Amino acid sequence: MQNESAEAGDIPPGNVATSILTAPPNDSSDPPRTRPRSRRMTKAKRRNLRLGLMFISPWIVGLVVFIGYPVVYSISLSFTRYSGMGAPTWVGAQNYITALTDPLVSKAASNTLFYAMIAVPLALVIALVLAIAMNQNVREVALYRTIFYAPSLIPAFAMSFIFIVFLNPQFGVFNQIMNVFNEGNVNLLGDPTGVKIAIVLITQFGAGNAALIFLAGLRNVPKTLYEAARVDGAGPLRQFFSITLPLLSPVILFNLITGVSGALQVFTEAYVITNGTGDPDAGALFYMMYLYRNAFGFAELGYASALAVLLFLVGLGLALAIFRFSRRLVNYDVEAS
Amino acid sequence: MSTPLDQLSKDSAKALEKAEHRHELDRRPDGTPRSWWSRITARAVMIALSLLFLLPIYWMVVSALKTNEELAQFPPTLFPRSWEFGNFADAVTAMPFLQFFANSAIITVSVVVLSVLSNFVVAYGFACIDWPGRNKIFYLVIATLFLPFPVTLIPMFDLWARLGLVNTLFPLIIPAAFASAFYTFLLRQFLLQIPKDMINAARVDGAGEWTILWRVVFPSCRPALGTVAIFAAVAAWNDFMGPLIYLQDESVQTLSIGLQSFRSAHDQDVAFNQLMAASFLVILPLLILFFVFQRYFIRGITIGGFK
Repeated sequence: MQNESAEAGDIPPGNVATSILTAPPNDSSDPPRTRPRSRRMTKAKRRNLRLGLMFISPWIVGLVVFIGYPVVYSISLSFTRYSGMGAPTWVGAQNYITALTDPLVSKAASNTLFYAMIAVPLALVIALVLAIAMNQNVREVALYRTIFYAPSLIPAFAMSFIFIVFLNPQFGVFNQIMNVFNEGNVNLLGDPTGVKIAIVLITQFGAGNAALIFLAGLRNVPKTLYEAARVDGAGPLRQFFSITLPLLSPVILFNLITGVSGALQVFTEAYVITNGTGDPDAGALFYMMYLYRNAFGFAELGYASALAVLLFLVGLGLALAIFRFSRRLVNYDVEAS
Repeated sequence: MSTPLDQLSKDSAKALEKAEHRHELDRRPDGTPRSWWSRITARAVMIALSLLFLLPIYWMVVSALKTNEELAQFPPTLFPRSWEFGNFADAVTAMPFLQFFANSAIITVSVVVLSVLSNFVVAYGFACIDWPGRNKIFYLVIATLFLPFPVTLIPMFDLWARLGLVNTLFPLIIPAAFASAFYTFLLRQFLLQIPKDMINAARVDGAGEWTILWRVVFPSCRPALGTVAIFAAVAAWNDFMGPLIYLQDESVQTLSIGLQSFRSAHDQDVAFNQLMAASFLVILPLLILFFVFQRYFIRGITIGGFK
């Protein structure tokens, strides 16, 4: 009787409970009573698994076709010489050896590091200042938020055009201001360091995105902490350094990592300003520009793949280093209310 | 079931909230009121920052409306002496602007539709169906967030080239149909906040997952989908490197590289007022989108609750 109803998958709940309780935990030959229950569970689970996989299948296809395949193919191409036509020829580690001795690679890498060392910390400070301004309890705060975010909508190429006009050596406003101080004609874009500084400035106008992320973090800081700090006699500055900054540290870490990863890939501004040349004197030849030139200018797809793999490794290494270094500084303890 | 009394208490609660908000105005985070001096300096700083961040758009608009002679003048005029609206017409005819615009619009609209659909379905699979191993797989989604795109750049170009689809819009559109880590992450965070009971009740009533997706979940997550749509639109419209690599013929080029090739073709002799006018026409749709859907921008970032 019990067995029959068990096979129909229709066991009174009480029986199942006792059978599970009395069943030995690691019995491979399940007693007949527990079986239908477990089968029913797996049936529901299996159904959910099938449905879940069905719903995420677009992502699975994307993962295989647009991430898995290209990453594997990129790594294997990096050991070949390949022009895009015909078959790649195996050259071993030659591309990597070339990359490490190529003077333009070290030039591009040092340009990119120079840019990142200035642009990333500057962007963090500007975004934090903007976020604090966006978080002020003033009536017209929505207007400030709009104004601070709006330049982030201007695409990099258009922002570069604006600065090309602004910094034009003949009639740019920047030059005319410099003329007032008798500095003579300053061609910022004609100087290998100046062009990098100009690109740092251009990208700072996109601080709105990071600022919004900071703003979300600021709004998560419990008000009660500030009130308690005030009772303890802490002034606004002390409150900022003892409450706001520590509680914001996970967000700072997030913005730092995305900032570094973005800075390593800086491309569009330099490409537009220099028309793809990276001049003057390879001063604006950033790593991605050199990678792009090798891949699509010289049809050296194997060499460019090796450069991409190196960039990936450096980016990963930097991210891990930042994580390690920040472990003591980042505060995850206080949960926002 | 709301009685007039309930409504009344709701109204008074709202009024109270408003009053509290007003009470918060011009106060520090710790609740102390600001002195008039600190209020004035705070506003001065914010107005100064606003002027700085309005500068690029102001400069773009003003330069677009000047003659090239006036652009070269010193001291620079704050406002154009004569408003040369003709510059916009000249810019549109100086290059195949409408063709570029149409290509950008086709890419952007397709990417938005495909991104919203694919990420919504995938996020539903990660948030609303309870299947074994879904959290482990989700770590993989997050891991791909940090993969830099240059690693996939060359193989993808090679693949599209083999398929004969370079110089078509497909390489820029099709990937959007397969969900992306960031949008999936954003939507999943939002979907997890939908009460489980609502979904389970629909399941008990015999509704299939697809029905629940559209009838139960979709209506309550329109704001999050709006956020994804806007982010996807801005990214597609402003994309530079994708079109640079895949679109070589003028007939398929987008605004971003179309304007860049117009500029590089004339190099130093380029009519800067036309370049600024064309650039302004490029950002105009985004500015309109931003002003209309502003709250989605801010909300989108706060959904994820980056921690």
